Amino acid sequence: MPRVSPVAAIAATIVLACTATALRAQDPAQGVRLTLEYRAGARPGVLVLPVGGPQGDSVRTMLERDLDFGNRVSIVALAGADAASLAPVAGRPLNWALLGRLGAAGVVQAASTPAGLQVTVYDVGRQSVLDSQTFPLTPAPLSRDWRHAVHGISDEIEGWLTGTRGIARTRIAFVRGTALFVVDSDGAMETGIPVVSPPLSPAWHPSGTALAYNTYGVGSRVMVHDFATGRARTVSSTAGGVNQTPVFSPDGRDIVYAYTGEDGNAELYRVGASGGSARRITTGRGSLNLSPSFSPDGRRMVFTSSRAGQPEVYIMDADGTNTELLTSFVFGEQSYQSNSDWSPDGRLVAYQAQIAGRFQIKTIAIRDRGTRVLTSEGQNEDPSWAPDGRHLVFTSTRSGARQLWIVDVESGRMRQLTRSPGARAPAWSRR
Amino acid sequence: MTHSARLTVLGTAALAIVALGACRKTPPAIEAEPAVPSINQDSINRVRDAAAADEARRRADQARQDSIANAAALGSQQQAEMVATLGNVVYFDYDDATISAQGRAVLDSKIPILLANSSLTIRVAGHTDERGSAEYNLALAQRRAIAVKGYLSTRGVSSNRIEAVSYGEEYPVAEGSMESAWSLNRRAEFEITSPATPLARPRP
Repeated sequence: MPRVSPVAAIAATIVLACTATALRAQDPAQGVRLTLEYRAGARPGVLVLPVGGPQGDSVRTMLERDLDFGNRVSIVALAGADAASLAPVAGRPLNWALLGRLGAAGVVQAASTPAGLQVTVYDVGRQSVLDSQTFPLTPAPLSRDWRHAVHGISDEIEGWLTGTRGIARTRIAFVRGTALFVVDSDGAMETGIPVVSPPLSPAWHPSGTALAYNTYGVGSRVMVHDFATGRARTVSSTAGGVNQTPVFSPDGRDIVYAYTGEDGNAELYRVGASGGSARRITTGRGSLNLSPSFSPDGRRMVFTSSRAGQPEVYIMDADGTNTELLTSFVFGEQSYQSNSDWSPDGRLVAYQAQIAGRFQIKTIAIRDRGTRVLTSEGQNEDPSWAPDGRHLVFTSTRSGARQLWIVDVESGRMRQLTRSPGARAPAWSRR
Repeated sequence: MTHSARLTVLGTAALAIVALGACRKTPPAIEAEPAVPSINQDSINRVRDAAAADEARRRADQARQDSIANAAALGSQQQAEMVATLGNVVYFDYDDATISAQGRAVLDSKIPILLANSSLTIRVAGHTDERGSAEYNLALAQRRAIAVKGYLSTRGVSSNRIEAVSYGEEYPVAEGSMESAWSLNRRAEFEITSPATPLARPRP
């Protein structure tokens, strides 16, 4: 029997475990699940019936909005009384023909009960129950936890309907002025996170339990805020200069950040998520290298570098080797491409690019380097992917003051997330 | 004493003085009574001399105070000028951390003061304009502060007396999205970080 070192054996086990998890995550149909039948590219209509029990109206509003924001189904808008007349009652099944004429491919029926929210989803095409389950709800209606539970139910329903779980129960961290905030994906529950110095560039731990960010000015450093304890600790060990743009590795164990030291060059460093000594990754030769983002498998990174003169987006192996330009120069104008974020499905990298003197959000495909421009109104900057790899949050001045906006890259649909001016540096949590 | 009573006394004195004047114009008819007018004259002279002395003393005091104030003003003006020179701002081109001719002139004027005051420590704060990525600008502004620090240290100012910090695009001095504002915001600012003590003047 060949000798295998214990370290290698453990490493192999971890790799296998991670691979298995990744496979499960990529295969929502495991265990055979039927979803609504609908034309490819079309969004199936879904009717949410009035919700019975306490806070029924709030639940219905949230379910409808979450499904709408998910952009995978189209909500059949019916006033409460009309919708109520369609509800199944004892001994009378749903009026499938009428529902079909209203454009509803699916029907969501829910009721608050002492056991939680009882949800049944009907498949109008098959004239059958698609799925049914009772979800526990926290006893404090409209509280943060209660809202998160309802968002989670929306995500489950979206999974039943389309085969892909929704992203309603996610949060977005951002900076406004010199304060750090977290807001729910529907724009509700904006909450300040205590900081000791002005923050920038928040980044989520994959588990959602912690938020890394950097401070600037005197004593700039990378901090990690732990939501369970409410405390923040310093993780950058490079003293003096600027420590900035932290990101967690996909396994959550490490942080990669940029440090600008006494030579005036910004280089990427890797450090344990709880601190320790930092190891340099990039060799920028007199340039600025910052704003890293990992590929989902953690093996590669995209980042911003000024090594060619102006900021451009580069791709490299996670150890700093095999660096190459990802975004090609835009000729004929002042090229400036930065703030890249690798999509959770690994296919696309979103970034900001200067076009005709204004910044716009673009994506580039890893496979064929094909690019798309997603925005055109105002200045649009700093994209961050939702965990579904389909939505991006970014800053835009399209409505005047800078706000956070969300775009569905499939349909191009936009919505405004924040309402108070000056929001920026958005970071979308994982599920 | 009432108001009218005081007027009466003054009136009596005035009459006495008038009477005195009348006596001088005529030969002294009554030699035996010189005491009363001479006492009056002396007291008047004494009062007048005392007032003059007071005035002189007051003027001398004032002159001395003025002299001290002038001297102090001269000193603090030099201090203020040196502090202002140390605080003069260096400006940069877009997406650039190169010290320009303007920057060299500004920094060269600070060097004699920094060399004459070896315990003086300063903080150089780099800034950028609003354009581009806030993350990139934070690094760029640090690069500017480091460039200033490097320039000063190559001219003899110990680098451990200079702290370089970055505020990126976060603290513009000029509002607006035009070059006139941007050019003022692309800058390095200076702050004295050592305890406030009078600065030694550079040797001419």
